[in-house]
Amino acid sequence: MSEHILHLTVNGEAQHVLVEGRKTLADMLRDDLRLTGTHLGCEHGVCGACTVLVDGAAVRSCLMFAVQAHGSQVTTIEGIADADGGLSAVQSAFRECHGLQCGFCTPGFIVSIESFLDAHPDPSDEDIREGISGNLCRCTGYQGIIKAVRLAAETRAATPQDMSAPDDAVSDARVGA
Amino acid sequence: MTAVAGRYVGQSVKRREDARLVTGHGRFVEDVAWPGTLHVAFLRSPIARGRIVNLDVSAALAVPGVHSVLTAADLNEHAREWWQNMIGKDAPMPPKRLLAEHDVRFVGEAIAMVLATSRYVAEDGVELIDVDFEAETPVLVERAGFEGVAADDANLVHPEWGSNVAQALPGPMGPGMPLDNPALEAVLASAAHVVTETFTQHRYLCVPMESQGINVRWDRHRERLEIVSATQSPHEVRSCAARLIGINDSQVHVVADDVGGGFGQKMFPATEELAVIMAAYRLGAALRWIEDRNENLIAGGHARNEDLTMTVATDESGKILGVRAHHREDIGAFPAYAVGSSASSVGMYLPGPYGFGEYFFSSEAVFTNTCGRVAYRGPWMMESVAREQMMDVTALAIGMDPLEFRRRNVVTPDQLPFTTSTGLVYETVTPQATLEQAAEMVGYDAFRAEQAEARTHGRLLGIGLSSYIEPSVGFGIMGAEQVDLRIDYDGSVVATTGSGSHGQSVETTLSQVIAETLGVDIDKVVFTQGDTAVAPFGSGTGGSRTAAVYGGAAREASVLLRNKVLAIAAEVLEASSDDLDMDLGVVAVRGNPGATISLADVAAVAYAGYTILPESIEPGLDVSFRIRAPMFMFSNATHAAVVEVDPVTGAVKVLRYLVSEDCGNMINPMVVEGQIAGGVVQGIGGVFYENFVYDADGNPLTTTFLDYLLPTAAEVPTIEYGHIVTPSPTPGGFKPIGEGGAINSPAALINAVRDALTPFGARVVSQPLGPQQIVDLIKGPASSAESI
Repeated sequence: MSEHILHLTVNGEAQHVLVEGRKTLADMLRDDLRLTGTHLGCEHGVCGACTVLVDGAAVRSCLMFAVQAHGSQVTTIEGIADADGGLSAVQSAFRECHGLQCGFCTPGFIVSIESFLDAHPDPSDEDIREGISGNLCRCTGYQGIIKAVRLAAETRAATPQDMSAPDDAVSDARVGA
Repeated sequence: MTAVAGRYVGQSVKRREDARLVTGHGRFVEDVAWPGTLHVAFLRSPIARGRIVNLDVSAALAVPGVHSVLTAADLNEHAREWWQNMIGKDAPMPPKRLLAEHDVRFVGEAIAMVLATSRYVAEDGVELIDVDFEAETPVLVERAGFEGVAADDANLVHPEWGSNVAQALPGPMGPGMPLDNPALEAVLASAAHVVTETFTQHRYLCVPMESQGINVRWDRHRERLEIVSATQSPHEVRSCAARLIGINDSQVHVVADDVGGGFGQKMFPATEELAVIMAAYRLGAALRWIEDRNENLIAGGHARNEDLTMTVATDESGKILGVRAHHREDIGAFPAYAVGSSASSVGMYLPGPYGFGEYFFSSEAVFTNTCGRVAYRGPWMMESVAREQMMDVTALAIGMDPLEFRRRNVVTPDQLPFTTSTGLVYETVTPQATLEQAAEMVGYDAFRAEQAEARTHGRLLGIGLSSYIEPSVGFGIMGAEQVDLRIDYDGSVVATTGSGSHGQSVETTLSQVIAETLGVDIDKVVFTQGDTAVAPFGSGTGGSRTAAVYGGAAREASVLLRNKVLAIAAEVLEASSDDLDMDLGVVAVRGNPGATISLADVAAVAYAGYTILPESIEPGLDVSFRIRAPMFMFSNATHAAVVEVDPVTGAVKVLRYLVSEDCGNMINPMVVEGQIAGGVVQGIGGVFYENFVYDADGNPLTTTFLDYLLPTAAEVPTIEYGHIVTPSPTPGGFKPIGEGGAINSPAALINAVRDALTPFGARVVSQPLGPQQIVDLIKGPASSAESI
C-alpha cells in the first residue's frame, strides 16, 4: 500500500501524519490523531455523524480520503469549544434544549450547525429543518435539536463575540467558508 | 404539573451526560483503543440458503497483516451454553452457532472471521476467502406466503428443529390466557355487529446511530476476560460470555461507557460478538469488532414484520362484547432471544385500555431464511398497531365516529381496579382522561368541520387517535434491581447500579431521585453504571423500567441511608433523629438552627469516630436496596395525529402530533418528553419511510441509508404534550415511559391517513405508506372491512 506524509492543521495544531492512500479522513482523525469525537454512523455519507470542517466547509469525513486534506485547516468537534472548555453557543443550546440523548450523532450535528449558522445567522424554522436534514438522529425526534438551533442563533445574535472562533486557525477556516 | 415538585424530582434538571458528549469526549466502544488489538471482519453469506461446498482461507492468510482466519471448525465446538439471564435457561431455543457450519441460513450470516492489524487489512482478507455454495430453495414468506412456509416440511430453515413453525399458541401463556373460549363463539354468533380485518406491519429496524461493537481481551495470567461493549446490559454480556466459554461470571469484567442508542438491538450480545469473545479467549488475544452500517442493516437483527387478524363483536350501541385475534410473525433464522416471538405479550396486552369482554388469542411464528428478530422498542407493539386500527375500522363499519367508539369502550375511573380479558389488573391508569385531553388539545370536533370544508376544495385532511396501556414487566431479573449507595469519607455520595443507559439520561434522573430523597446537593452524587466490577447484578436498561424499578430502588436505598445519617447525627447532636432534617447535605435540629452537622462530619464519625456510637449502629455509611417490583407496571397515553395527503403525489404531511400521557410522577419532565418524541418519530419513520425489503430469493435490497430511509428533521412536526399525573403505588410513584412513543404512534398515523382517504373507501391495512402506496390506495378498487 502506498503511504503518504500528510501535513495539515487540526484544531489549530500542525499535524504530520503518515497515512495509506486509501485511509479516510475520518479514520485518520480517529485512529492516528485519536480525535474520537468524530463518529462513524454509516460510512457512506448519509448520516452526517462524521461531519468536520475542512477549510471552513462542513464535509463528511467518511467520504474524503485523508490525503485530500493535505495542507488544509480541519476543525473537529474537539475544536469547537474554546481552549478553556467554554462551550460554543450551539453546544450550550444542545444541553439547554435536550438536543441529545445517546449523544452519538451529536458531534456531527454540532459541527454542521456551526457551519449552517455561519451562513444563515437568522434562520426561519423551515431553514433550520432543511439545514439539519443532512444529519440523522435516532433518539430525539429532532425536537430538541431544532429548538437548540433556534436558541443558538438567538444567542449568537445577542452576543457577537460568540461568532469569533476559539483560535486563529478555526477563525481562518470560517472566514474561508 | 407534577404531583411531586421537589428541589430535583419533578424538575427539568439539565443532563450531566451532556458536557462530555457535546464536546466530542464521550467514550463509545469504538473510541477504546487497546495496544496490540486485532481487528475483526466477517465473511458473510451472499445467499439465503445453501450448502457450503468449499471454504479456502489460504489466500486471505497470505495477506500481510492478517493474523489468522477462523471458521466454524475453529470455534463452534467450544461453545458451551447460550441462554440469557433475561430469558432463563429453560426457554425453548432454536439452533445457535458462532459461525455458519456446513450450510448458510440467511444473507449476512457470518461464515469466517479475519483477524488483522486493521479493519482495512481484515476486509482485504475477507475478499480473498474462496467460498462456494450449492444454493437451495430459500424459505421465505416473500416467496411462499406465510402458510406456505409453515407447511413446508421439505425445506427447513433449521433441520434440527423439524419444522418451520417456531411457536404456536394457545399454550401456557400466562394469567388468564385460555386454550379456547366457547363463550366467545356464542357472542360472535349473536352480536349486533361483527367486524373482521387483518393488519400487517412490515419489517423495520432499531437502527441505533452507533452500530454494535465489542472489544475483548483475555488475560491468561489473571484468568480474566475484559470486555468493552456497546450494550444495554453489561451483566447480560458478562453472563453470556462466561457461559459461552465455560468460566465464572466473576472472571468476566464488562464495561459499557457511552452507548449510542440501542432500542432493543443491544439487549443481548450479537452472535458475532459471541464469536469475537470466543476467539479472544481461544487465542489469548485482544480483539475488536465494530459492526459497519451494512452489517447492521442486513444482519444486526430485524423487527416488526407480522400481521394480526381481529374479529370484534359489539352490541347495537357499540359496546365491545368479544374479540378474537390471530397473530402471525416471521422471525427470521436466528432470533436474538428465545424463539424470538413476542406473541405471548401481544396476546396478553391486546385489550389495552378497553373492556374486551370474551376473548381468544392464537398465534403462529415461523422461521425463514432472513435476518432474525431482535427486540425493538415495544417488541409486542403489534397489539396497539392492530387494536387501535381496529377501533377505527370497527367504528367506520358500524357508522360511529372513532372517538365516540373509544369513549364507549375505554376503561373509566369507576371501573378501577380493572381486570382485563387477559387477567391483567389496572389500578392507577387513566385512559379516559388521556383520551379526553388529547381530543380537547387537538380540537377534535372543530377538526371535523375543518376537514369537511377542506374536502370541498379537494384537500385531504385526516385525524387519527391511538390509545394504549404501556406495560413494563417486573418479573424475573427485570423485577429486582439493586442500587448500592454510600457516603464517602469526604461526604460525597456514590451510587452504583446495574442499569445500562444508552441515551435515557439515567445518570441524571437517578441522581435526581437520590439527591432529593437523601437531602444532598445533586452535584455531590457520583453515579456509576455500566461496569460489572462495581455495580450490583442488574438486567440493564430496557423494557421501560428504569424510572419505576431502578428509580424505586434508588429511592428506597436513599431512605435507608438517610435514616442512618440521621441516626448518627442524632448521637452527635444529642437529639432524637425524629427531630432532624437533612437538606443539601447539612443535618439540622428542627427549631434549633444553630445545631447542625455536615454530611462530611457525619461520615467522619461513621468511618473513624464510630466509638461514640452505640453498638446498635454499624460503622460506615453504605447501604444496598434490591427492590421487588410488581409483576406488571402500567402507564397510559393517547396520541392524536393530523395529516394532509396530497392526492396527486401521495405525499403525507404530518400537520400536528400530540401526546397526552400519564407516566405518574415525572422525575424529569424534559427527559420524559424527550423519550416520547424519540419514540413518536420512530413511528413516523416506520409508517412512512422505513422498510427493509427482501426479494423472492432472500436477497436484501435495502442495505444502505440511501435505500433504508430514516426520517430527518424535515419530516417531523413539532410534538405537543399533555401530562396527566397519577402516581403509581411503587416507591416514588414512577411509571414506564421509554417505549410508548414508538408503540402508540404508528396506529395514530395510519388512522389519520385512513381518515384522510375515507372519500376513496381505501382499505388502509399495511405500511409503509409511501407516496406510491398512497397513490395506489387512492386509485385502487374501493373495499372496506367486511361487516355482518
